[in-house]
Amino acid sequence: MITNLGGFKMSQHKQIRIALNNCGVIDPENIKEYIARDGYVALGKCLTEMKPQDVINEIKESGLRGRGGGGFPTGLKWEIASKNHADQKYVVCNADEGDPGAFMDRSILEGDPHAVLEAMAICGYSMGATKGLVYIRAEYPLAIKRLKVAIEQAREYGLLGKKLFETDFDFDIELRYGAGAFVCGEETSLIHSMEGLRGEPTIKPPYPAEKGYLGKPTNVNNVETYANIPIILRKGASWFNKIGTEKSKGTKVFALAGKVKNVGLVEVPMGTTLREVIYEIGGGIENDKKFKAVQTGGPSGGCLTEKHLDTPIDFDNLLAAGSMMGSGGMIVMDEDNCMVSVAKFYLDFTVEESCGKCSPCRIGNKRLYELLDRITQGKGELSDLQRLRNMSLVIKDTSLCGLGQTSPNPVLSTLDNFYDEYLAHVTDKKCPSGECKDLMTYFVIEENCVGCTACARVCPVGAITGEKKEVHYINPEICIKCGACEERCKFDAIIVK
Amino acid sequence: MNKVKLTIDDKQIEVEKGTTIYKAAKQLEIEIPVLCYMNLEGLNIENKPGGCRICVVEVEGRNNLAPSCSTEVWDGMVVHTHTMRVINARRTVMEFILSDHPKDCLTCAKSGNCDLQNMAVKLGIREIPGQEYAEMSKYKTDFSPSIIRELDKCIMCRRCEMMCNDFQTVGALSAFHRGFQAAVGPAFEMDIEDSPCTYCGQCVAVCPTGALTEKDHTRDVINALSDPTKKVIVQTAPAVRAALGEEFGMEPGTLVTGKMVSALRRLGFDYVFDTDFAADLTIMEEGTELLDRLTKFLAGDKKVKLPILTSCCPAWVSFFEHNFPEMKDIPSTARSPQQMFGAIAKTYFADKISTKREDLVVVSIMPCLAKKYEAQRDEFKVNGNPDVDFSISTRELAHLIKEANLDLNKLPDEDFDKPLGESSGAAVIFGTTGGVIEAAVRTAYELHTGIKLDKLDFEQLRGFEAIRKATVDFDGTPINIGIAHGLGNARKLLEEIKAGKSEFHAIEIMSCPGGCIGGGGQPTHHGDSSILKARAKAIYAEDAGKPIRKSHENPYIIKLYEEFLGKPMSEKAHHLLHTCYFDKSRKIEID
Amino acid sequence: MTKIKTLADLERIKNELRSELDLESGLLNSENAVKIKVGMGTSGIASGAKDVMDFLIEALEKRNIEAIVSQTGDMGYSYAEPTIEVQKPGKDPVVFGDVDIKKADLIIEKYIKLGEELQGVIPVNYQTIDN
Ligand SMILES: Cc1cc2nc3c(=O)[nH]c(=O)nc-3n(C[C@H](O)[C@H](O)[C@H](O)COP(=O)(O)O)c2cc1C
Ligand code: SF4
Ligand code: SF4
Ligand code: SF4
Ligand code: SF4
Ligand code: SF4
Ligand code: FES
Repeated sequence: MITNLGGFKMSQHKQIRIALNNCGVIDPENIKEYIARDGYVALGKCLTEMKPQDVINEIKESGLRGRGGGGFPTGLKWEIASKNHADQKYVVCNADEGDPGAFMDRSILEGDPHAVLEAMAICGYSMGATKGLVYIRAEYPLAIKRLKVAIEQAREYGLLGKKLFETDFDFDIELRYGAGAFVCGEETSLIHSMEGLRGEPTIKPPYPAEKGYLGKPTNVNNVETYANIPIILRKGASWFNKIGTEKSKGTKVFALAGKVKNVGLVEVPMGTTLREVIYEIGGGIENDKKFKAVQTGGPSGGCLTEKHLDTPIDFDNLLAAGSMMGSGGMIVMDEDNCMVSVAKFYLDFTVEESCGKCSPCRIGNKRLYELLDRITQGKGELSDLQRLRNMSLVIKDTSLCGLGQTSPNPVLSTLDNFYDEYLAHVTDKKCPSGECKDLMTYFVIEENCVGCTACARVCPVGAITGEKKEVHYINPEICIKCGACEERCKFDAIIVK
Repeated sequence: MNKVKLTIDDKQIEVEKGTTIYKAAKQLEIEIPVLCYMNLEGLNIENKPGGCRICVVEVEGRNNLAPSCSTEVWDGMVVHTHTMRVINARRTVMEFILSDHPKDCLTCAKSGNCDLQNMAVKLGIREIPGQEYAEMSKYKTDFSPSIIRELDKCIMCRRCEMMCNDFQTVGALSAFHRGFQAAVGPAFEMDIEDSPCTYCGQCVAVCPTGALTEKDHTRDVINALSDPTKKVIVQTAPAVRAALGEEFGMEPGTLVTGKMVSALRRLGFDYVFDTDFAADLTIMEEGTELLDRLTKFLAGDKKVKLPILTSCCPAWVSFFEHNFPEMKDIPSTARSPQQMFGAIAKTYFADKISTKREDLVVVSIMPCLAKKYEAQRDEFKVNGNPDVDFSISTRELAHLIKEANLDLNKLPDEDFDKPLGESSGAAVIFGTTGGVIEAAVRTAYELHTGIKLDKLDFEQLRGFEAIRKATVDFDGTPINIGIAHGLGNARKLLEEIKAGKSEFHAIEIMSCPGGCIGGGGQPTHHGDSSILKARAKAIYAEDAGKPIRKSHENPYIIKLYEEFLGKPMSEKAHHLLHTCYFDKSRKIEID
Repeated sequence: MTKIKTLADLERIKNELRSELDLESGLLNSENAVKIKVGMGTSGIASGAKDVMDFLIEALEKRNIEAIVSQTGDMGYSYAEPTIEVQKPGKDPVVFGDVDIKKADLIIEKYIKLGEELQGVIPVNYQTIDN
């Protein structure tokens, strides 16, 4: 007899776990389990067998690029920081993870905190820094707890502190807490926030590698970026750079979400196609509806369509397709999603999260949102589409930081890929997917109506009229689109369009 | 120095490494519009948050547009400042800014002098698309004795913040809220009155819009002038005459003393007097106090504290009351000239014209906003009646003159009334940084040594450097003098004193850049520091042309002591001309 | 606590762990124990992993089954939280999803005790990098 415990569909081995190597495998609160999986061997090797420049060379050769969104070559970043001389330098781990829906950094810190600590120490050695700071949002209590435990244990074992591996290298790590503003994930903003200043970006240059925390050379990397480091050094750059595409090496963790069956964390080699992720790992669209779009790159990414499904995922391809890698959010949409509403949803987020420093982002995004809102209410005009595009392009072109420079992407990519849907909203005042409430009308289908009066009795505003046993009529002027009549009708005589 | 070659609008130029595109373009006489950017050259005051994004330009090889005010040039850079892409972007950004700005120009205090209004004109904005349904950010208006904050008009240029935090180190202003609701103000959205603000008015002086303005008293002045039961006296501060002309299209640095007097007379003031008279009085009192302390100190009296600090700037007084209350016995106890004038006017002069103090209205014309606040401090009232009833700024006076359809350019030169209108050259230079201490030295030297000075110009005390030091030889006794303008610079000297490391016997402190000539009530300089320098020059020119140049030689001052006060620091003088200070450091606590 | 000073020290800890595990569980040889890992990331805990873990520890003890139950991080299967991984001696680990107390009970009774095959386990869908 086979007891059925619920059906999970078989999926194929498209994933390779590097950053998530220990996640869900070891007990994160026991350093020995990390060590049992060769933890801290890379740090030992670096300190005892390699010169700082050797470490940098190895990372450079691996082709690792930043996983925090920008995709900047990590080895090069370390090299720049190593060449800026100062009495004190800092290694910062960006664990702000502000993208809504993204939780890969949290998962890594909760599941494998030592990997990040080890990587930061390695980074410190390579650039000549003795202090590490993890900037983590206060809303991550479990990750904070496990990090604290890990730091304590590493100190106990002499893996953080003075004279690591009996060399002259000292390194220790402290935590800094963020209030959870999205823009505090931007590196200059993050540094200001750590300094106790208002969390808002400043113009680069100077880059953190020249003038960062407290004005000292500072290397900022993302959690996932760091999580790759120990393995690269253990298995070698030439092992790592065989995985992935020509310009994007290794894997990327995605938080797969939306209308897909198997939502969750996935880690795939660069070069895997969107189709493989959505259909093979994700198990396809929920309720077997039709795929409509996939949004990558978080709130500032773009919406890609059917025609992009076979694009191999990497930094450059996603950019070329009008979206971006971002931190690895991936939200799947089906036929029920209205793309104007999707764009509006993301703009709502950016308007909330803008720091307010520069005018195009502070005011422009608000205006974009207002216009999208009007369109979803049927108040848009054809000329508004041109305005939408122009405002979007100018906001991208003139904003100070990455937030404003990318916030119009959802608008531009939906305008590009779903122009007809916008047209339907502004010219026909219709929402093809039926999501925009203001554009729906409730109808009685005359053939089906038996005149039972059930609908008229349930309508809270008295919008339905009709004699007993005769066809009823819904007055669209009065109807508030609550849907009560549709639910009540037993004869499928009421539909919404 | 490293040189960098670049091309801007097809013109080649070589500039120093680290130069911004904006500055390089300026050298080529290519004017790129800027809004949030402000640079008071030579004063080390620069605001470049890169926030407004009006100044964007196209840089070849760069994806997005670059803010020229804050982007440094590189070798081989190719810049285009006015392509259609740039023009479209600038205009769209301006439309964004205006879409969140009240269209109040008709009643706005900044109208005609507003950087935002000027920019709208320059960029040819005729309509703001979507204005009908654009939400506006809303804030409550904050009133205080000196400053009114109407944040609906704030464009987040952050100039005020930079002035208050970096230049003044007062720290009363910072950005609050995020995104669309972001604005600048005191922490926790306190009212400015509850903050450590000193009312120096430097935030107002640099605000490009009507978001920060002075509390306007022109209405009160008109009421007083139209009241037949009142005698209205006016006093004008030294820095006003060196700047008022700018409001009437004259070159910066044009002295308009005589024309100002005739304008005031035509406005109907019963007596047109000069704050300079009171400045001479200040020197008598403060100079005597200095000599007194100095003599005791040199005689080895351990109870005597030196250096002595000037006290004629009310913003500076607020500053140490808030930040250095433990040192409040170091500054001179002498009141500011404005308040000395008020006290004398409502006693000595009131008696002379046999008028009750209640029937006298004293109006002061000041380059200053802190004086508005000072005028209503309780210490300067008698039975609730203030010594100075209304303090209006140079700008407010200009409005009154224009309102009365008087053209300053065409008015004849007239003289101040006597007796409170006579002054020495020493009093005139109160208007610029270093002036008060130079005036004090002229008098203290002669009183101390009994030797007549043959050279009255102390060049070593003049100039615009942030902190200046000089030693004056008092006939064998070297007297060390320090001068600071700007409260940030003052703070440095105070920290030295606190640490017991100060080398000075006397220090002059003025809150505003350049002293009162750069005051918060002066015509707007729009970030041009050459205007401040021209005003300072005018002040020294007026001094040089005066027949009397030392306070103690002013015959009306001598007479005042003879007839009324007795001698400097007498009991009567103490009562009328000196004050005491309070610990205000607790005021910042909020509940 | 002796500090780690060399790569050899790391190797020593690696071996130590094995014997320590044996000690902790009070078993002669951990090789004979069932090893259970409970996915205890934020989302796992939010969907009830803590209760499942407590239940497992208690139930296994009561039912006299030699087992080591430990917490681990997020396994990545958000659609099926809470998730647990069960490794019977000598067998490959198996991951179960949507585990509540009822299901945990079934897993003990059917899979651990009787060795019955259960339908609906989450198949391993990734490659590891070891080796
Ligand atoms: C608005 C904004 C938000 C960002 N948020 C994050 C974040 O939450 N986590 C992160 O690692 N990087 C974030 N970044 C990217 C960082 O600025 C920075 O590039 C990154 O931390 C560098 O690390 P990496 O090279 O390892 O990717 C953000 C950038 C922008 C513009
Ligand atoms: S783009 Fe937005 S978030 Fe970035 S600096 Fe400008 S206002 Fe702030
Ligand atoms: S601040 Fe300037 S633009 Fe705004 S209302 Fe006043 S004058 Fe007009
Ligand atoms: S008046 Fe002076 S002290 Fe007050 S807020 Fe403005 S700049 Fe700051
Ligand atoms: S109040 Fe004025 S100076 Fe201050 S940020 Fe706003 S607009 Fe700028
Ligand atoms: S320096 Fe002059 S104008 Fe400025 S606050 Fe002081 S007294 Fe007023
Ligand atoms: S003037 Fe350059 S950004 Fe405002």
